[in-house]
Amino acid sequence: MGSNKNININLKIWRQKDAKSKGQIETYKLDNVSTASSFLEMLDQLNEQLINERKEPVAFDHDCREGICGMCSLYINGQAHGPASKVTTCQLHMRSFKDGDTIYVEPWRSKAFPVIKDLIVDRSAFDRIQQAGGFVSVNTSGRTIDANATPVPKHDADRSFEAAACIGCGACVASCKNGSAMLFVGAKVSQYALLPQGKVEATQRVLNMVRQMDEEGFGNCTNTGACEVECPKGISLENIARMNREYLFASVK
Amino acid sequence: MLDSKIPEGHISKKWTDYKDHLKLVAPNNRPKIDVIVVGTGLAGASAAASLGEMGYNVKAFAFQDSPRRAHSIAAQGGINAAKNYQNDGDSIYRLFYDTIKGGDYRAREANVHRLAEVSGNIIDQCVAQGVPFARDYGGMLDNRSFGGTQVQRTFYAAGQTGQQLLLGAYSALSRQIGLGRVEMYNRHEMLDIVKVDGKARGIIARNLITGEIERHSAHAVIIASGGYGNVYFLSTNAMGSNVTAAWKIHKKGAYFANPCYVQIHPTCIPVHGTNQSKLTLMSESLRNSGRIWVPKKIEDAQAIRAGKLKPTQIAEEDRDYFLERRYPAFGNLVPRDVASRAAKERCDAGFGIEANDTNEGVYLDFSSEIISKGKQAAYAAGNHHPSDEEVIKLGKAWLEEKYGNLFQMYQQITDENPYETPMKIYPAVHYTMGGVWVDYNLQSTIPGCFVAGEANFSDHGANRLGASALMQGLADGYFVLPYTVSDYLANDIRTGKISTDLPEFVEAENAVKAQIDGFLNNNGTKSVDHFHKRLGNIMWNKVGMGRNEQGLKEAVAEIDALRAEFYKDVYVPGSANELNPELEKAIRVADFMELGQLMAMDALQRNESCGGHFREEYQDSEGETLRDDVNFNFVGAWEYGGSDINNEKLHKEVLNYEYIKIAARNYK
Amino acid sequence: MAKSAFLKSSIAKKYWMALTGLFLCLFLTGHLLGNLQLLSTSKDAALHFNQYALFMTTNPAVKILSYLTYISIIFHAIDGIVLTVQNRKARPVRYVMNKPGKNTIWASRNMAVLGTIILVFIVTHMVSFWARMHFDKAMPLQTISINAGGMPQEFYVTTDGGYIPKMQVDQGQIKIENRTEFYDAGANVKIKEGYKDLYKITVAFFKQPQYGLLYTILYVISMVVLGFHLYHGFGSAFQSLGANNPKYNGLIKTFGYAFAIIVPLLFAVIPVYIHFFIK
Repeated sequence: MGSNKNININLKIWRQKDAKSKGQIETYKLDNVSTASSFLEMLDQLNEQLINERKEPVAFDHDCREGICGMCSLYINGQAHGPASKVTTCQLHMRSFKDGDTIYVEPWRSKAFPVIKDLIVDRSAFDRIQQAGGFVSVNTSGRTIDANATPVPKHDADRSFEAAACIGCGACVASCKNGSAMLFVGAKVSQYALLPQGKVEATQRVLNMVRQMDEEGFGNCTNTGACEVECPKGISLENIARMNREYLFASVK
Repeated sequence: MLDSKIPEGHISKKWTDYKDHLKLVAPNNRPKIDVIVVGTGLAGASAAASLGEMGYNVKAFAFQDSPRRAHSIAAQGGINAAKNYQNDGDSIYRLFYDTIKGGDYRAREANVHRLAEVSGNIIDQCVAQGVPFARDYGGMLDNRSFGGTQVQRTFYAAGQTGQQLLLGAYSALSRQIGLGRVEMYNRHEMLDIVKVDGKARGIIARNLITGEIERHSAHAVIIASGGYGNVYFLSTNAMGSNVTAAWKIHKKGAYFANPCYVQIHPTCIPVHGTNQSKLTLMSESLRNSGRIWVPKKIEDAQAIRAGKLKPTQIAEEDRDYFLERRYPAFGNLVPRDVASRAAKERCDAGFGIEANDTNEGVYLDFSSEIISKGKQAAYAAGNHHPSDEEVIKLGKAWLEEKYGNLFQMYQQITDENPYETPMKIYPAVHYTMGGVWVDYNLQSTIPGCFVAGEANFSDHGANRLGASALMQGLADGYFVLPYTVSDYLANDIRTGKISTDLPEFVEAENAVKAQIDGFLNNNGTKSVDHFHKRLGNIMWNKVGMGRNEQGLKEAVAEIDALRAEFYKDVYVPGSANELNPELEKAIRVADFMELGQLMAMDALQRNESCGGHFREEYQDSEGETLRDDVNFNFVGAWEYGGSDINNEKLHKEVLNYEYIKIAARNYK
Repeated sequence: MAKSAFLKSSIAKKYWMALTGLFLCLFLTGHLLGNLQLLSTSKDAALHFNQYALFMTTNPAVKILSYLTYISIIFHAIDGIVLTVQNRKARPVRYVMNKPGKNTIWASRNMAVLGTIILVFIVTHMVSFWARMHFDKAMPLQTISINAGGMPQEFYVTTDGGYIPKMQVDQGQIKIENRTEFYDAGANVKIKEGYKDLYKITVAFFKQPQYGLLYTILYVISMVVLGFHLYHGFGSAFQSLGANNPKYNGLIKTFGYAFAIIVPLLFAVIPVYIHFFIK
């Protein structure tokens, strides 16, 4: 870590008081940012500076800061989660930027993700999609069959896991030019469709989840592939294709 | 005074017999009963889902924007269960024994045995829910080893087991929300509990978007709000993890047990600078494959810190694999507290390799594993004479499959490639074994207020074994609370809806509003983080890995003074009626200040070393912990005594070991 | 399964887009194979092309296919417009700074624009050729010039392989009814049928002294646009229909890219050849 240094940057950040207000870009100058800091630690530093100047700090979503909770978001310099690939904003480090850089920071933009304040958006649409069918209808009695009673081919289990690695951050929606949520929904549908436990309700699941997705106001997928590239967890487009298949079979059943 | 309500009978029969005699609530009566669940991690989500499924009206609260974000999601390594799928002699008794021993004989036997009993059901349940655990080529579930055990009982999903389990619980919860049986309150923070006639009857919560203070009533309240590691400011906890819900119930009558038991996890990425906001864990599972070392020669350590020497340049014979040296039987897989202290001991002695302010860091080296797994892979592929390059390539591929996400995360944070050079690691605050005191039913000393998961103190004694937190969270939520909460609620079928217009609600709401207004009108000069960092500093230096009487006394006084300064000089911008993260932090830090002081007091009264609590006065000649089973064989449960924390009163629940013989912990 | 969802849901829209798109790819292939006859240097090139044109406009099976093609084009266009409108609504506030080039290819982001240009092209193309073929009363019939004793003489070529001297038509012995049918003027009996001379129309179109070059250039540009549209569209259709398997993705991708380059390229060669090389 000997290569760390301090840089000075200019920030252009979207500020919006609340859901109803109109927002605008504000410019801030921030000096002495360690390149070992994460992007969010840089924002902490900015907020500390703003608080000391008696200005209102920038509101942004964040929690685990280790790339797994999916709470952090941010459209940084025109890309979801910033320029680095396969990382969340909290794992993006300032060494990805140079001294004197101007950095644009905006919230996710989607009709289905309305801005709550500054950089914070409401992603509860994802929860509602999950509630529509993202589960196996099994009661929590513990009185199921033994975990090893149904072997699952390793290949299927691995693919299912890869789909289930989705952190629900919404970068797919944010980076899709159509604001489509199909990568998220495709991953959920795939996770269950690949496991024997999930197959039983597969038909109803895909129909319900897609219906809910459409109702939430997400756009339509046109297979540009932006979601896959920007997804911090590398969720594959294969999952969308699998959902398309599942939906097709479900539709003609 | 403290009644743990442990049932009679043989340990292996207690839970079954007890369950069979608990009172039930008939299905037609359940919709008449409201239950509040605070927190939606493994314990909270599983409890809310189970109770909703049973038919109760459940309201679940999370401060995050979705229940799926709870910090259980960050658990990496795995979940234990006594399935014995690997045929290495595992059993419920062994899991029970390992957990008690790992906890340094400071946990309650009956609770831990119950945990071990239901551990297998958890795996069954999760698989049925569609949790994609790792499997072998035969389609069977795979296992790995974790610290403090000599069997392979840990189920995992790459380095993201917590995520997969939480998403499983979240899916069960989502199903109930979709069915209308659970009402979900995202971005809501519980700020007080409301007691009516001595019973928990509701909570006061703040809508974090609008700032509105809301009253919610219920017949029982379940707190599953996680641990309090963030009292140290820097920890592996999420930024939002806090003690507020647990501390508020403490202030209303729930005893707080063993606050000094804090787990310092040995394998975290070392601190990089003053703007650091959190520490990142590298899963304990890495100790299956990595060997921990520092240079043998102090001049080598100095040269490394000065950047003149690289770890790969240090010859094998000049490396001190201190865990293998001190603990040959368990080697790198000793329990967390033991490994952490050993690393601290080496760094204190001047052998630390990290070039930060404190030189605190040791190596976690995968080069041996790369060679051995590479060879295995080559042989498996039919190549019995692999070249060195082939071996290394295959070995790295093996590592990537096993720990790819962790290695990637490490590289992202440190800008170093752990496939080429050893990881640098150092212990960091990770988990808190202490928490709200609960009886066998997981009920606190406030009737009707139950506490689950990391928020309670119940199962891990003075030190938690790896892969046991996930187990406990789900055991509490899926398999314990549904029975014990129903038993409690059986008396409430005639109570009817609890009105939120009762004076108790008004009073609690006013107190919350007064606290908020106090902060916003304080007009101090320093940010909340400023105070939180100072608190963290005191805690880490004096109530951290090594503690002594003098330091602890100083800590109590310093925190007391810091708290006074905090109330005088904190500046909280913004208003009450909006999304205000600074206000949220201020409320949380206020509680951390009080808790921090109690932790120091608890550490001070416990004149012994056990598990995560290491008192420098109580160690043997080799630096191992010296427990005092005669005088300190108890759970220390503190009763709130008013705003001066020094007035907290200690109650003792003596621990009786009937089925396990207490012995000095030995991992040699 | 509700029928409405199968028409309205976001995924169903993808299916229709993909199915119509793939069908149009088939159409393109057929159309191209026919058009390539224009490159023929055989002395019967015109005849063969006109025979082909006649077949394409009269064969009942081809008729069905052509109606399917019209429907596909209309559906593909309408579906595309609906998708575009909905997709724009899905992001009411745009980004101030956006770098879509970092994660997508240009063509994939501009399918609507590309498609609109192609639609305009199709309409003008149909006005220029298809409409004349179908509706133009002044559509010439194919003739050939035969040197009879040093005197060139014009003959209409007829579908039975025979000839009718142009002179007889000019002199009124034979009249042309229904645009292609030769009638004995006296007996008022249909004797033969001629070929609409699409070949001549086509060649003339691209060799117009005033606009021929412009038309050629516009045609080539349209084919470039088509190429981009196909470059994304071909593989995309497979993805939409759920055909995504790492084993075959490479094949689909390569085939799609080859299709997107070769088909428009060959189409574009034809007017260039006509304009510059046909005498």
